[in-house]
Amino acid sequence: MTQSTAVQPASPAPLKKSRAGPILASRTVKHFVTRVLFALAMGLVLVFFALPLTWLVTAPFDSNPTMAVRWPDWTFGNFQTLLESPYALGSIGVSLILGAGTIAVVLTLGSLASYALSRVHIRGRDGLLYALLLLSSVVTGTAAMVPTFQLITLIGLIDTHVGVVLVLAGGLLPTVIFILKDFMDSIPKSYEESARLYGASPSQILRHVVVPIARPGLAFVAVWTLVQVWGNFLVPFLLLRSPETKPAAVLMYTFYTESGQVDLRLISAFSLVFSVPVIVLYFLVNRRYGFRFHGGIKS
Amino acid sequence: MSVIRTQDLVKEYPGGVRGVDGVTVTIEDGEFFALLGPSGCGKTTLLRAIAGLEKITEGTLHIGERDVTNAQPRERGVAMVFQDYALFPHMDVADNIAYPLKIKKVKRDSRRRTATEVADGLSLQGLAERRPGQLSGGQQQRVALARAVATQPEVLLLDEPLSNLDARLRLEARTFLKELQRELRVTTVFVTHDQAEALALADRIAVMKSGKLQQLGAPQEIFQRPVNAFVASFIGSTPMNLIPTVTADGGVVVGDGLLPLPGTAAGLVGPGTPVIWGARPEYLRWSTEQVPDSVRAKVRVVENLGATVLVSVTSGEHNLQVVAPEESGPQVGDVGWVQATSSRSLLFDPESTERIEVTREWASAESVLS
Amino acid sequence: MSVAMSSARVRRTPSRVDDIAGLGRVGAGLFMAPALALIGVFLIFPALWTIYLGMTNYRLTGLAAADPDFVGLDNYTQVLGDSSFWWSLRLTLVFVVLSGILGQMMLGFSIAWALRHLKGLAKSLTETLVLAAWVVPGSVGSFLWLALLDRRGGTLNVLLDSPGTAWLINYPMASIIIFNIWVGTAFSMLLFSSALASVPPSQMESAEMVGATAWQQLRDVVIPNIKGHILTNTLLITLWTFNTFGPYLLTAGGPNGQSEILAVYIYRTAIPGGQLGKGAAISLIMLLINLVIALGYIHLARGKKKRA
Repeated sequence: MTQSTAVQPASPAPLKKSRAGPILASRTVKHFVTRVLFALAMGLVLVFFALPLTWLVTAPFDSNPTMAVRWPDWTFGNFQTLLESPYALGSIGVSLILGAGTIAVVLTLGSLASYALSRVHIRGRDGLLYALLLLSSVVTGTAAMVPTFQLITLIGLIDTHVGVVLVLAGGLLPTVIFILKDFMDSIPKSYEESARLYGASPSQILRHVVVPIARPGLAFVAVWTLVQVWGNFLVPFLLLRSPETKPAAVLMYTFYTESGQVDLRLISAFSLVFSVPVIVLYFLVNRRYGFRFHGGIKS
Repeated sequence: MSVIRTQDLVKEYPGGVRGVDGVTVTIEDGEFFALLGPSGCGKTTLLRAIAGLEKITEGTLHIGERDVTNAQPRERGVAMVFQDYALFPHMDVADNIAYPLKIKKVKRDSRRRTATEVADGLSLQGLAERRPGQLSGGQQQRVALARAVATQPEVLLLDEPLSNLDARLRLEARTFLKELQRELRVTTVFVTHDQAEALALADRIAVMKSGKLQQLGAPQEIFQRPVNAFVASFIGSTPMNLIPTVTADGGVVVGDGLLPLPGTAAGLVGPGTPVIWGARPEYLRWSTEQVPDSVRAKVRVVENLGATVLVSVTSGEHNLQVVAPEESGPQVGDVGWVQATSSRSLLFDPESTERIEVTREWASAESVLS
Repeated sequence: MSVAMSSARVRRTPSRVDDIAGLGRVGAGLFMAPALALIGVFLIFPALWTIYLGMTNYRLTGLAAADPDFVGLDNYTQVLGDSSFWWSLRLTLVFVVLSGILGQMMLGFSIAWALRHLKGLAKSLTETLVLAAWVVPGSVGSFLWLALLDRRGGTLNVLLDSPGTAWLINYPMASIIIFNIWVGTAFSMLLFSSALASVPPSQMESAEMVGATAWQQLRDVVIPNIKGHILTNTLLITLWTFNTFGPYLLTAGGPNGQSEILAVYIYRTAIPGGQLGKGAAISLIMLLINLVIALGYIHLARGKKKRA
């Protein structure tokens, strides 16, 4: 008896004529039509999202931009105009300052608090975290704009960057603590235990051991904070009066509402310069970490 | 009649990788058929191709008289049970079992009746209202089976049906599965990487490697007369002894002496031919005294297998393993004799790794024809 | 147990589970204090203070700015009796439902569903464009739409050959709704993408094997499996859309309050309108609505955890 693979019968019995013919044809047609409709729908979606964005990449390079999108003549003249405008670049600087300030506050206070929450078992710890998240979801910039405005005025921080930073930091801290606690939780405790055995104090342990290891998490939070602050309109709009203190988000708005004649050359160049940093940052972070959603988006 | 027939079936992925590389197989009506092999050998791909979940690149597939090579899964009359059972977590057991009937637009009362019948047949009484998450592994498996057989398919496909169960349960489920298949008499194809499972359950086994069929036959045949060294070493709970050596006048040089030539190879090889000699540890005998057809060896390692022991010995420059009854109690350092029988020894060609009778048969057949 | 152990500072060796850095409860408290203080002052205090503020007649300028009077529940009764408040609330409801739930969620889900089968360039292009709309700073995004919808030379009028159509004036709600869909769909798309990826393929294939059509698979396998995600997304989108200030940048609530969603209503009452007391009262109402939505979300999230 052979042990090799099964052998086909010499001549297979004649097969029933399959009815596949017409069925196959109608299925292929239906398949094709579905494919076409699908492509059309996706095309519409793409156009919907792309259309407004096209202006952002064409108008800045147009020597005489119009409201409508059109093929530009590819000049850099508008950026020259931007440099000459008194407040434009300054406002980007302000955005950076606000960003840096908020990052500093949020990282310092946030890492201290999240470290304590991560390492020490306090009764009601989980409840506290949930309460914090609840708080930041409920007390949004919009819902609290009036009392915030009043408060800052009374403290005398109206029209100052410090006031804006404090308000922004206050709003972002709950989410930051939540994110950082997660990171801290995943740091193996053995490093700290050895440091402890060598006699380090808690703040030394935090500075020498934990922070260096948590750097990726801290970097992520810093980037996330910057993105939130960069585009934030309401808080600086509410709390800052003098034009030279305004960050780009607000200045952008005044360009097309307050100045009588809308200067598209300025606006287009400014929009692009203002937008590029966050776009770049977002996609860098995405490459590294994938998108995380912890309840906070730009308000 | 639900005979499954593949002819030179190929499944090629973009990039040129062939999951199934030209497999021709006929699975008989009512047969319990196993696709066996290591991971990546193509067995699951082949199963999915029969199911219609993988598009066939080349070749044909027939179920019964119909050419189903390009047919949709629902047109093939096949039912499949996945490795993780794929029970819908939000439906209760009864709805899960009745789901295929619901899709087929069977009326509510009728399909609930059928679902209950099928469930009872599989010892699932009283579980109709439960959710899959509230069932044990064995119960989940039976629900998945119930769902598959509820539509009385022509062909039943099982993807690693037992691997999600823990070891003790697995043996019970094995017996249950065999009985069930016998009762239903539905052509069943199952995929497994566990050779013991395949040997125990299947009427016939197809051993695969790298997308190609290695051997097709009944369990006994595959166990005793593997067609090449791969099948020989894959099958069997203890690895087969495979020793590259040479033949001599009257036997095969193994260790310090000569062991008998396999009966079937007699006359096919002359002395001095390089071969791979093979014998299963279960078919070798350990003796404390010299006996015919044996070689002298020294015990290196003794592993307790329960009722037997696996003894690793060294003879000359060769290492062998022998399964001995636990009473014979060889100790490390003991010297004894390993006896082989010609009816339970095999010879393989060192280059092609095929069993010599097989190679020689083809060769002699060719020489007759030329 | 942990409380007793960490308060006993005399213990030399900390329990391995508890207090690795030897902070102790006091130390932990100190570490958390600055953050909690900031949150307390700038988040908790304003929320509570607005109750009081709502009961005064604070104004931005004039006598009542320096020396406000306590007016009890006057502001609240006035607001609740003011038709423009109810009008704004109604607009906001329409905005949340059409732009958030029906718009962003459905579009985000549809795109995520469609992207399952797309690979390579088509997939990354779609994802990138949808995300870019979200990532672009708010004031830029709104200007891009202003340009698109401009009555004289906007791209839309050029494409549709309908010069002079003032979209923002004639269709203010539609404009802000569609603008908000454009901005926010990315979140739903990403959330549903990962939700869809978590549906076990074997369940889908089981359904396919018994002959379920794509629609039946969606109904019987996909949706039941991602119910939790759908709920989460609905609540989050509701909360965010309810609170978004973006539409102000597009229409400033106009023309004549036709697109004055609550966020804009509050702002205009308090700052240009100068009625801080009244604005605080409306703010409290908004806070309470937020609270209800957020509590609903947390309740459902907890319930899901328990069942899991």
